[in-house]
Amino acid sequence: MNLIPFLICFPFVAAIFMYFIRNNKIRNRVAYASVGVIMLATLWLLVDFLSHGGQATAILVENELVDAVILIAEIGLMLLVIYLCFKYKKLWISLLSIVQTLLIIWLEKCGPAFEETPQLLVDRLSVLMIVIVAFIGGMITVYATGYMHGYHHYHREFPDRRYYFFSLIFVFLGAMFGLVLSKSMLWLDFFWEVTSICSFLLIGYTKTDEAIHNSFRALWMNLLGGLMLAIGIACSIYEIGCVDVQTIVAQGLTIPIACFAFAALTKSAQLPFSRWLLGAMVAPTPSSALLHSATMVKAGVYLLFRLSPALFGTMTGTMVSFIGGLTFLLASLLAISKSDAKAVLAYSTISNLGLIVACAGVGMSETIWAAIYLLIFHAVSKAMMFQDVGAVENSLHSRNIENMQGLIYRLPRLAFIMLIGIAGMYLAPFGMLIAKWAAFKAFVDASNPLLIIFIAFGSSTTMFYWTKWMAKIIGPPRVDTPLRDVTKKDEYVSLYIHVVIMLVVCLLCIPMSKYVVIPIELSLFGSATMTLDSADIMVMVILLIAIVVLPFVCYLGTKRHKRKHVISYMNGVNAGDNKNFIDSYGEEKQLYTANWYMMDYLAENKLLTPCVIVSAGVLIIMMCLIIGGAVSWM
Amino acid sequence: MDVKPILFVILYIVGAPFIGGFLDGVDRKISARMQGRKGPSVFQPFYDVIKLFQKEPLVVKRSQTFLVMTYLLFMVIAGGLFFAGMDLLLCFFALTTCAMFLVLAASFTHSPYASVGCQRELVQMMAYEPMVLLTAVGFYVATGTFYVKDIIHMNTSAIAFLPGVFVGFLFILTIKMRKSPFDLSTAHHAHQEIVRGVTQEMVGSNLALIHLAEWYEVVFLMGVVALFIVNSNPVSYVVALIVILATYFLEILIDNTSARVNWKVLLVSTWVVTLVAGGINLTILVLMHR
Amino acid sequence: MTNVARSPWLLHYDGSSCNGCDIEVLACLTPIYDAERFGVVNTGNPMHADILLITGGINSQNAPVVEQIYSQMPNPKVVCAVGTCACTGGVFKECYNIKGGADMVIPVDIYVPGCAARPQSIIDGIIQAVALFQKKHEAMKAGQNDNNDKHGK
Repeated sequence: MNLIPFLICFPFVAAIFMYFIRNNKIRNRVAYASVGVIMLATLWLLVDFLSHGGQATAILVENELVDAVILIAEIGLMLLVIYLCFKYKKLWISLLSIVQTLLIIWLEKCGPAFEETPQLLVDRLSVLMIVIVAFIGGMITVYATGYMHGYHHYHREFPDRRYYFFSLIFVFLGAMFGLVLSKSMLWLDFFWEVTSICSFLLIGYTKTDEAIHNSFRALWMNLLGGLMLAIGIACSIYEIGCVDVQTIVAQGLTIPIACFAFAALTKSAQLPFSRWLLGAMVAPTPSSALLHSATMVKAGVYLLFRLSPALFGTMTGTMVSFIGGLTFLLASLLAISKSDAKAVLAYSTISNLGLIVACAGVGMSETIWAAIYLLIFHAVSKAMMFQDVGAVENSLHSRNIENMQGLIYRLPRLAFIMLIGIAGMYLAPFGMLIAKWAAFKAFVDASNPLLIIFIAFGSSTTMFYWTKWMAKIIGPPRVDTPLRDVTKKDEYVSLYIHVVIMLVVCLLCIPMSKYVVIPIELSLFGSATMTLDSADIMVMVILLIAIVVLPFVCYLGTKRHKRKHVISYMNGVNAGDNKNFIDSYGEEKQLYTANWYMMDYLAENKLLTPCVIVSAGVLIIMMCLIIGGAVSWM
Repeated sequence: MDVKPILFVILYIVGAPFIGGFLDGVDRKISARMQGRKGPSVFQPFYDVIKLFQKEPLVVKRSQTFLVMTYLLFMVIAGGLFFAGMDLLLCFFALTTCAMFLVLAASFTHSPYASVGCQRELVQMMAYEPMVLLTAVGFYVATGTFYVKDIIHMNTSAIAFLPGVFVGFLFILTIKMRKSPFDLSTAHHAHQEIVRGVTQEMVGSNLALIHLAEWYEVVFLMGVVALFIVNSNPVSYVVALIVILATYFLEILIDNTSARVNWKVLLVSTWVVTLVAGGINLTILVLMHR
Repeated sequence: MTNVARSPWLLHYDGSSCNGCDIEVLACLTPIYDAERFGVVNTGNPMHADILLITGGINSQNAPVVEQIYSQMPNPKVVCAVGTCACTGGVFKECYNIKGGADMVIPVDIYVPGCAARPQSIIDGIIQAVALFQKKHEAMKAGQNDNNDKHGK
């Protein structure tokens, strides 16, 4: 278990190297090497952990130096936020940081005494998270080396600060490792803060007005979460004199848990805090991929998993699952109106996280089973989709879905990966659908009709926006000019590995349930139920093979058929081909078929604000009820 | 190994095209009689499909054919799973995947009418999908299982617990069977404002495959209708048959007495019915079982 | 040989006409005449059609349209010109923009005269077209691909 400190510290060291190496080629090499080291260390940790029977181990760090470093770093972060807030005249945001940092420092130094418990915990859940962060995050970093090259080639208007970008990515990975390994809420809070500020800096990377505006929005929302976290810690110290997350959950302390859950909602971009994740698209794609798939948003979900045993049947649990279900439905509705590929992905992230959050909020072992599946599948397929869209954007110079018409003819490899990614997001029998199915069953078992209705409607709207995207890709291209695929080798390596991981994860979902998901359930709840039968999953796997094999066989079978080609039907006024027609003035016009976005009803500027207001209202009222109820019991 | 499910599946695979085609023929005959016409023979759909297979194969995009074939095969799989007594939710998911293949096949050409049909088909899917899922959940809450083979062995018919869900299912059946007023994406009747919609560019054998898939689908959907009725009592099978015929007649009646609506009416009315009939029924049931 | 004659699907194109024949064609599908009892379906889509019913004459604007629609019909196919205008150009024949009957641009198999053609004669035309449809199908199957496409041009 000596690997743990190494795993947390190494990315920070790598980040320092990244910052000071200004030669791109050397930096890329070092980045590969560091990613390799992180992955190897993770594998080693995994083997070591499993060879010890997967026993949860708590680690007590009794080193004054570590505490001092964390304290200094906390103050440093606060000063950084204050400086940037001054610089960009957003003074009030710095207040959020000042209050929480001072609160934490005061608690540590002069507050009531609390028992010194182990700060780190290695159990199955944290190991799973580490594997996701190390591998998905690592692959994204590899992808980023190639992507950023193309990005700065085509976007000369932005200063090339790749050293800064890569060092932030490594800090991010380190902070995520720390976060998922923390047992002490004080440590968790620190790493939480680091991820918040990292994402803020990554979003503001291009320093355009929009980027700065969006980055500050991300900052205040996440700092608000951090503040709630700090308040929760303070409450738990006052109530039981302990900052250990497992003790707090076991004791079921109402107010701290409500505060932590609130923080988790901000981090995983649930309504009403979804805007920060939508704004995060302005950053270069690898950072979006990182924020959306493996890190950041998963931090919030991870915290909810930890809390979930204490959420069952409580008001807080109801609040979390309601907000999650509502977010699942509304975000998928909003995604329909989007033609920007990254915006669709962003909404889909929010929507899927909503489902995970809803599962966690119910707090039963069945729902957690579904939630863990969702987490794994979502991390893989979303990382893949973001990277793919980024690569397409570099070649196509647009990320508008309308411009992706005929992508399968113009950029076949990327388009094919995109099709797999989209299928993975919603189609039977791919991963996300297995997970969604499990969530469905779990909600039924939890006797929660409202969530069932949310998920039934949410699935149908999800299907709408993904299918129309797929349909666009396979249509005939609007222009015949060939497109040069400028995707770098390292981008392809990352993409292909993702495809392989996704298919393997889908095929191996039965063993995964037995060896990964069930033990996590056991460690969290003490009991475990498998939401789906093995027979069911078996059929799913057979379907999966069918969906891959059938079209292929049909394709081969019909390839030899003699077919006469005709032009498509346009009332007999085609101008010789399928792309142009003769209009009523006798002139030739180009045909333009667009997807349906329902802008009159579902546009962001019409729907998002009411959604935010309603969900904010629900959240505030529920929080008041929870805290008020808890206080009146005292 | 139990032989019964295998037998059922074989019966479905072999028999469904005949039953589906025959039902289609009956539909055309009854529709004609309702309009005061003599109408074609009840075997007319078979004549049509046989002819379509004989026609010269024309394509706008060659690869459309394999998507159409996949659509048909997936439909057979979805129905097969149902008649094998598998998980109902799984069958519905497979049905959705199948519908998606139709959309992809239609969008392959991106011709104006097929594209519009495609987007409308998606709206239709968005409209009926929640009710389909709620139907599966309704069965689960009412009978405690998602497995078709267990549902049919209950002591009471599921409809006793699921009257609202049944109404909701009948409502979306109109969309699924492409009956007026909800035949937006393609219509069985003559032509409509978007000509043939999703099947616009499907010629000869491709169109025949689409017809076959629709027959398989109708049999599958009628199976779901029967599932509401069937219980451990053999008499219930007779009742189920009567209910199927009544349902089918009701759909024909609706088809012949209503005008096509626009997508907004379709979406809103379906969702409202889903929420009111399905949602309330389900909520009461869930709360009762708690 | 497969009997395809039981399922003749129509495509109706109305060219330059007074719309009289147009309406009579639709009348064939109404309860009184009920052409559907022969399996006739009025598809709006050339790709699904077996028999092309043309009413009205050909003018310079619709000539390419008729040609294109005809080319989009899969073989075997039959063309039936309904009404005097479609047969010869009729009273419009001398107009500056009229080229004449449908056979100016595509090969016509059956001519149904009348101004306007009566439903009875239209149905009679359809029945003859159906017989021809079967014959053409048999010919096609026998490997003698009729060169319909070249014939008219």
